[in-house]
Amino acid sequence: MTSTATRTAPAPAADVDPVRRPRRRRALWALAVVVVLAGLVLLSVAVGSRVVGLSDVLAGLQGSTSTIGEAAVAQRVPRTLLAVAVGGALGLSGAVMQGVTRNPLADPGILGVNTGASLAVVTAVATVGLSTATGYIWAAIAGAAVTAVFVYAVGSLGRGGATPLKLALAGAATSAALSSFITAVVLPRNDIAGGLRSWQIGGVGGASYESTAQVLPFLLCGVVISLLSARRLNSLALGDDVAAGLGERVAVARAVAALGAVLLCGAATAVAGPIGFVGLVVPHLCRLLVGPDHRWLLPFSTLTGACLLLAADVLGRVVARPTEVDVGIITALVGAPFFIAIVRRRTVRAL
Amino acid sequence: MTGPGASTTPAALPTRAEEPDGYGAVPLETVVAVARGRVRRTARRRVVLVVLALLVLAVFATSLVVGRTVYPPLDVLRVVLGEDVQGASFTVGRLRLPRAVLAVVVGLSFGLGGVTFQTMLRNPLASPDVIGISSGASAAAAFAIVVLGLSGPSVSLVAIVAALAVALLVYGLAFRGGVAGTRLILVGIGIAAMLESVTAYVLSRAAEWDLQEAVRWLAGSLNGTDWSEVLPATAALVVCGAVLLSRTRALGALQLGDDTAAALGVRVEPTRILLIVAAVGLIAFATAAAGPIAFVAFLAGPIAARVVGTNGSLLLPAGLVGALLVLVADLCGQFLLGTRYPVGVVTGVLGAPYLIYLIVRTNRAGGSL
Repeated sequence: MTSTATRTAPAPAADVDPVRRPRRRRALWALAVVVVLAGLVLLSVAVGSRVVGLSDVLAGLQGSTSTIGEAAVAQRVPRTLLAVAVGGALGLSGAVMQGVTRNPLADPGILGVNTGASLAVVTAVATVGLSTATGYIWAAIAGAAVTAVFVYAVGSLGRGGATPLKLALAGAATSAALSSFITAVVLPRNDIAGGLRSWQIGGVGGASYESTAQVLPFLLCGVVISLLSARRLNSLALGDDVAAGLGERVAVARAVAALGAVLLCGAATAVAGPIGFVGLVVPHLCRLLVGPDHRWLLPFSTLTGACLLLAADVLGRVVARPTEVDVGIITALVGAPFFIAIVRRRTVRAL
Repeated sequence: MTGPGASTTPAALPTRAEEPDGYGAVPLETVVAVARGRVRRTARRRVVLVVLALLVLAVFATSLVVGRTVYPPLDVLRVVLGEDVQGASFTVGRLRLPRAVLAVVVGLSFGLGGVTFQTMLRNPLASPDVIGISSGASAAAAFAIVVLGLSGPSVSLVAIVAALAVALLVYGLAFRGGVAGTRLILVGIGIAAMLESVTAYVLSRAAEWDLQEAVRWLAGSLNGTDWSEVLPATAALVVCGAVLLSRTRALGALQLGDDTAAALGVRVEPTRILLIVAAVGLIAFATAAAGPIAFVAFLAGPIAARVVGTNGSLLLPAGLVGALLVLVADLCGQFLLGTRYPVGVVTGVLGAPYLIYLIVRTNRAGGSL
């Protein structure tokens, strides 16, 4: 009886149901985010530390580099593409990590995964003279994976498993520890220190079409794995026991989703350096907009992450004219207060 | 030996036999055992302090004698006493002596400052280098050097103002009707992340030839120490160290919790503010002189607790352990490792696994997280 009743419930009810967000509203938000992203892409091409006219922008977009202004615009195009790719990857990676660990503080930066990726790259460069972009990417992914497993293992020791605060503390400690190893590796090598230092701050300034093209397959792979995990993450959100009761193989679901997240943040770190806090802020914002359903949350986080990183990059180009502020610095300055605000809430609830 | 049970029944004078469950009557053997234990622990504390002091002295002397040229100890002694010795006067008197003195001074400062925070907040992770106070001092010092073009004592001044501001900010943000240790630590980590990005930005503005020097300083280095850097740090150590040591008893009371401390006659808020200012002063001056030598403030307290045991204040032992750490790490960094590493890299690499170990142990014990 009851099942018939639900099945024949009037269709408009779905739109006003307070628990399930109305589909129309979500669609509107999706449209809004896409419009914002498009606007930021245009802004990113048009605005920079050098002020250029509209004609230069149009000419530069067509590949002309006959004036300095046109050349600057032509430089900004790959940079914009990379910012979109990296921002989307970090946003999605953060959302997946928060889902996998059910931890509102999870972020590739806070959990130390980006630092692990950096250490792997730096070590490989300093010891075996790694210099190919693909080599960077593989090293970064390996470092990210090892660090993620380590931090999760340390954070989930003891009573209560991986509580949000324990995990965040384990991540921060690991990150601090790995940072001092990075210093130890880089400091005696004057020959490579300069290049590695600018990479270590995290920025998209040195983007080229080639570097973006090389990292893109890895990112796409990560995006596909992550998005396909959405339904599993929804089950995990109910708790391990319920998820297992629903027929989910909990460990497999976690491992697959985590693999996607690690691919994304490892590859992003390899090409742009460790950029923190994007993966923390973005999923929280998106949860406010579209609710906790991962099938909506994950694509939204991707788009919003791209928006955030583009906005931070554009901001970094204009705040300190004629020089630039690297995007990793801007995201830390914006994201850390956000992190503190979450920590300050009376209790940090598991997701 | 009438215990507290006696006063409850004033009518019938109780004897020990009449006490129903022996409540309030402490057998003599227990008293003797407790007293003997206290004597033993005090004796151990004394022995440990003397041994630590001797070790510091020995490594200090070694670092004066050993180097690219090894001078006979007698020559070194004569230089230290102010005599003019051919060759040794420059190398030992102008290069090695200020370096070794600064190592002792910043080691003591970091050890004392770190253990004050750890004791007061009852958490080994709440050391100034984890909760962003050292990052505040470094960011301010880097800003003062690179952007404002300052040098010498004015850098220390900027560093201490910034470090105090950061301490206040972290404390204020973590305060919600009381300060929970974990919240304070995570807030501090967030603040540290922001400050480190400020430092990174300032350094990225530095000219290339500044950069290498700035990076070494940021890692914590005693290279090129001269007396003008030693003096302000030493003055700060004398003043702030005296303040901290004179408040040993109050610090011990604060460790028991605010209410207990108040009941023991400690004026909680003024004492805490005094302790924080003194500890931050130590950290900031030491950081301005030698850079944020990684993990010394964090390591000194727990190591001291291991060797001294849980008897009495950890202030002095932690200070000595800090000095020993910096001296040994500087020697290792200079001569043992092939390339010359700044001291902060050595302490960082040593301290990092310990930090992880501490987290693992806290989690295993189901600590206060």
